[in-house]
Amino acid sequence: MSGWSNERAAEIFPMVLDGFWVVLQVTLVASVIAVVLGLLVAIVEQSAPPAVRRPVSWFMQFIRNTPLLVQVLFVWYAVSLYINPEWSAFAVGSAVLGLHYASYTSESFRAGIEAIPKGQWEAATALSLPAHRTWFAVILPQMMRRSTAAVANWLIAMFKEVPTLFAIGVIEMIAQVQTYTGLNYTGDVEGYTIAGLLFLAASYPVAVAMRRLEIRLAKSNY
Amino acid sequence: MDWQTIIDSLPSYAEPFWVTVQVTVGASALALVVAFGLGLMTSSKHLIVRTPARTVVEFIRGSSVVVQLFWFAYAMPQLLGIQFDYAILTGIIALALNYGAYSSEVVRGAIAAVPKGQLEAATALNFTSAQKMRLVILPQAWPEMIPSLCSFAIMLLKASALVSLVQIIDLTAWAETLGRRPGQDLLVHLGLILVIYFILAWLIWTGMRALERRAKRGLGQGHPTTRTKDTETVGGVLGGLEPDDHVVTEGGGDRA
Repeated sequence: MSGWSNERAAEIFPMVLDGFWVVLQVTLVASVIAVVLGLLVAIVEQSAPPAVRRPVSWFMQFIRNTPLLVQVLFVWYAVSLYINPEWSAFAVGSAVLGLHYASYTSESFRAGIEAIPKGQWEAATALSLPAHRTWFAVILPQMMRRSTAAVANWLIAMFKEVPTLFAIGVIEMIAQVQTYTGLNYTGDVEGYTIAGLLFLAASYPVAVAMRRLEIRLAKSNY
Repeated sequence: MDWQTIIDSLPSYAEPFWVTVQVTVGASALALVVAFGLGLMTSSKHLIVRTPARTVVEFIRGSSVVVQLFWFAYAMPQLLGIQFDYAILTGIIALALNYGAYSSEVVRGAIAAVPKGQLEAATALNFTSAQKMRLVILPQAWPEMIPSLCSFAIMLLKASALVSLVQIIDLTAWAETLGRRPGQDLLVHLGLILVIYFILAWLIWTGMRALERRAKRGLGQGHPTTRTKDTETVGGVLGGLEPDDHVVTEGGGDRA
């Protein structure tokens, strides 16, 4: 048993920070996937024929209701066994994380689309706007305002789940702490505490900013 | 891969399955207690009650559940000299604190959403604060909480897989161990437990819906057959303040 040591904390801090940097990179890549894919799914669920819409919807439901960790392991082993064992854990992990959260963001986008008054669709039809103009000039700009806050909240949640990728060997914070403790037989207290505090320091200001934005958007009554 | 070997190995899932159920149910129950404790405290009008609860909620929500799990498994025993006899207790406590903190916002939101007139009426009848809460506020707030709490219960089920990372043999850990043995196929086992998790999530969702219908009927809020649409669209009591859209949504047959 050993308590907190400032000396060890100073030693382990740069390592955890390295891991944190990896977490930020994964977050960035996965965010792009989660937003683009989520939007795509929302549009498909809104406008594709049932033969396409239903399977997509079922698949997303399955993703949304099963553990990220198991999905990550499944895809990781599938890729290394059948596709290409050279692919990096970083790439595969980011892709699965992005897909997992696309199943959530697509719901927020869908809610944003459904909240748009019917008259907007009717007006677009009355003006004979082509489908892409209806989406890009009428629906999506209005949806963005409604969905931004909810989607941002999902991305914050995603950021905090990045350490799950430790399971497939992404060298994030937990892996860094375990490297240190493996060599020194101590440092768990300092390592995991610093890792937790780094998350807090990074996500709290963003979360507060998002709450302000939500309140402002709610007040603008739009 | 040999299908017979795989089929013969299925009974060995009984114990890990039980571990996953224990972690999920135990952590959900404890999370509910934490949620009501913190939710009632953050609803308090006294700053001295509210501030510590708010701090705890923000502290837990601001950090990562994965890191918290490792902290409870590896840092806490060294720091405080506490070591649980049952490893799964570590998992249960870490998950319960995290999801309890998130759910406390649901409790707070539902309490705040009860119409003011109800409170005024209770005051006019000379109810004590405890009576107001127990007899007037909570019975009305409770049905509103259920859909969001259901979402969190399913998230907790999903997060329960993380305990496999701290040496607890749950479904995930067992599928990985078993799948690597000769004659076995890792992907088949991981695929199998994905389906099991999905069925468990569906069970939680179905149970919660039944619970919600009962709670609403108890309040005389409409007949279940005429209110089904409404219960589906309760977007969470936080009014979009949290990513708590329904985790499970129906196939979407009602869309244009």
